[in-house]
Amino acid sequence: MNLLSNLPMLADADGGLFFGPANSTFAPMVDDLFDLIYWISAFFFVLIVGVMVYFVLKYYRRPGHGPQPSPTHNNTLEIAWSVLPSFLLVVFFVMGFTNYMSMRTPPDDAYEIHVQAKKWSWLFVYPNGAESSDLHIPVGRPVRFILESEDVLHNMFVPAFRTKMDCVPGRYNEIWVQAVNTTGTGVNPDDHKPHDLFCAEYCGRDHSNMHAFVYVYETGDFDAWLEKASNLYEGNTMVQVGEILYKRKGCISCHSIDGTKKAGPSFKDSFGTAHKFTDGTEAVMDENYIRESIRDPRAKVVAGYQPVMPVFPSSRLSDKDITAIAEFIKSLK
Amino acid sequence: MSVGSTPDKFQAANLDGAQTREDNYLLASSGVGSWLFTLDHKRIGVMYLVGILVSFFLGGIFALILRAELFTGTKLFLTEDQYNQMFTLHGAVMTFLFIIPSIPAALGNFVLPVMLGQKDVAFPRMNLGSFYLWVVGAIFFLCAIIFGGLDTGWTFYTPYSVTTSTRVILALLGVFVLGFSSIFTGLNFIVTINTMRPHGMTWFKMPLFLWSIYATSIIQLLATPVLGITGLLLIAERALHIGIFDPEMGGDPVLFQHFFWFYSHPAVYIMILPAMGIISELIAVFSRKHIFGYRFIAYSSIAIALLGFLVWGHHMFVSGQSQLAAVVFSGLTFSVSIPSAIKVFNWLATMYKGSISLATPMCYALAFIFLFTIGGLTGLFLGALATDIQLHDTYFVVAHFHYVMMGGTLVAFVGGLYYWWPKMFGVMYNENAGRLFCLIVFLGFNLTFFPQFIMGARGMPRRYARYVEEFQIYHQLSTLGAFLLGIGMVGAIGVLLYSLYRGKKAPANPWGANTLEWMCSSPPPLANFDNPPPVGDPYDYSNLRYDEREGGYVTVPGPAKKTSSH
Repeated sequence: MNLLSNLPMLADADGGLFFGPANSTFAPMVDDLFDLIYWISAFFFVLIVGVMVYFVLKYYRRPGHGPQPSPTHNNTLEIAWSVLPSFLLVVFFVMGFTNYMSMRTPPDDAYEIHVQAKKWSWLFVYPNGAESSDLHIPVGRPVRFILESEDVLHNMFVPAFRTKMDCVPGRYNEIWVQAVNTTGTGVNPDDHKPHDLFCAEYCGRDHSNMHAFVYVYETGDFDAWLEKASNLYEGNTMVQVGEILYKRKGCISCHSIDGTKKAGPSFKDSFGTAHKFTDGTEAVMDENYIRESIRDPRAKVVAGYQPVMPVFPSSRLSDKDITAIAEFIKSLK
Repeated sequence: MSVGSTPDKFQAANLDGAQTREDNYLLASSGVGSWLFTLDHKRIGVMYLVGILVSFFLGGIFALILRAELFTGTKLFLTEDQYNQMFTLHGAVMTFLFIIPSIPAALGNFVLPVMLGQKDVAFPRMNLGSFYLWVVGAIFFLCAIIFGGLDTGWTFYTPYSVTTSTRVILALLGVFVLGFSSIFTGLNFIVTINTMRPHGMTWFKMPLFLWSIYATSIIQLLATPVLGITGLLLIAERALHIGIFDPEMGGDPVLFQHFFWFYSHPAVYIMILPAMGIISELIAVFSRKHIFGYRFIAYSSIAIALLGFLVWGHHMFVSGQSQLAAVVFSGLTFSVSIPSAIKVFNWLATMYKGSISLATPMCYALAFIFLFTIGGLTGLFLGALATDIQLHDTYFVVAHFHYVMMGGTLVAFVGGLYYWWPKMFGVMYNENAGRLFCLIVFLGFNLTFFPQFIMGARGMPRRYARYVEEFQIYHQLSTLGAFLLGIGMVGAIGVLLYSLYRGKKAPANPWGANTLEWMCSSPPPLANFDNPPPVGDPYDYSNLRYDEREGGYVTVPGPAKKTSSH
């Protein structure tokens, strides 16, 4: 591993100055290649700068010292220092290439998760139809991600997995990973120390806030989590379900719950109060108003905002879901 | 081959050393109009220099605002939207208005014809036209900033750039016009070097700076039109809703990346090649040694220019392009590192047994070797596929290209500016002050960008207004470094500006260089030379001796072989 990890400065315990926590089968290969290139580069850097400094110290201009004759070219030497480093480049290329192929070739029996990126939230869809806004996977099992985007380019990047891939609208990309460690014990996410999942392709205003967590469970715990996630209404109050949907369906990217003005009005203290619309009329927010705003957002647009909210038909949000969201908004008074 | 011809009226001017108007291009005529309508390559170069330094100042202010905001991971004073506009403008202004024209258009314009012993470039009117195209392009950029800003990143990736409400079309028109400025400059230089080399200056007796400018010009001529067309397609998509890149309209967003990088990767070499040319001159002159391996350096410039066209796909390793394409582009990418390495080894060998002066330009040249070596070597991590997957779109990439573009090109530009400053304005700057600010720039630069390698490798994505706490220490170091770097740059430019008022008069040849621009007075007369200067080996310093009275070097009869120019 990287010798720099012995330096106390800046380095923390998890793998050296240049490496964050690693948790995938190919992470060690990536880190080893990084180390190899690092030490060979360090050798050449020290050589070049060392020779440069040595020459400056030895030949600096001073009285009684002048330039001494030396050849102005030497083909053998020049061909040698052109060709010999090339062999190292071939080694880097081949190692980079072979590791890349294994990083990009998912096993046939991989578990499949659909990743739907949009401005500015993630939605992970599991084979049984369960959905989540953070990523939950089982340990020790290959997981294949099928990436898509609803709007602009995004990129799913999990530093601990050492992998990333663009989410491109209008096509599917894929990556896969097999985690080697769990992020905690048990089925409850609160008992885990999750990995970060970032958006790594610039996608507009909240690019840097398009963040999710990655939870890795023991197989049995994952199955239990999945079971719970697919029955959203079981064991959760309507308010809790509403909050989950608020995050998962992307409401969160335009409607704050703390009063911050985003692309849409904040939900804080909005239920039961009067709102002015762009056409000059006014109405008090109640359940029917919320329902109308979700099914037909252009019907009433709050003054001072653009009509940019997308329509959510019943295929994307059931009537029951809308009730839950209304309960959640109500709870923010 | 045309021999440098000088109109009679200029020959008559140089009688018994009296200062006449024609003896100094700065005094040859006066008034604003004499600058705005000048066809003199030196004045055009100076006007470029002013424009470029203003752009650099603007881009630098944007950078400091960004770094200040990033001192913490939460909001300090910029909203996300403001931050995104700021990094876009920093990148776009630095790339299109500063770094691409910096060395060729400002220094190259001034130096190239004099290095050839000529009165001017081949097409002086086209040269002035290039400058005004640059001005028009800059005005488009300013309009984009004033009337709504730009938040696409300097890369204009689709479909975001098709859908955002900021001023994409204005900025693209600016890029389009700036592209023509670049093309005309490249064309002008190619024709000038091909047809106006003086008698005796064969291809392999050209100073290496001219080789690098020639290689650069080839890229400008061949690659820039692709950028122009790509910009027009994007304008057509935005304005006329013709589906090219946006999948909503049946387009392909990755196609845009291919088009964009087909220009913009070669453009990286438009930025670095002239810098390498400057370093070849500086290392030889300040070591008082013939450049080592002239032909290898000259050929490597051409090799970089050609190989640079074949590697654009490495910007798309994680875009979903085919795995075969990724592998091919990775292999080709490694090949382009060899000619760069050759140059570094040759520069070191040039210093061997030399008499090394640590004048300010040489300090910048040494800083260049240090920083460019880091920039080049970190490219290996990005060329190798498996490691690139982790490092792509992180701060590792940001640090890598700043080491090459800023540690390389900018440092060489400032070194070259110090080197040719006495020739351009006829004054000497203060050496100790120059060296001091060079040191501050060097330290500030490393403090700014080295921590970015670490946080990038650890997973900090680029273009982030907010970040998670684990990266804060690296961001804070980087921000401190950026302000130190800012102080260093302001000081470095300040030393030069101060010399305009207080500097000692410069001799014709303060550094003892043997390229032709040092054979006319400082600053040069309007016509550069009364008679075509004799052409010799540009790196033979054996017949130049320091003259105390003159304060510079003079030619003494020596053993060197000289080919006369007629």
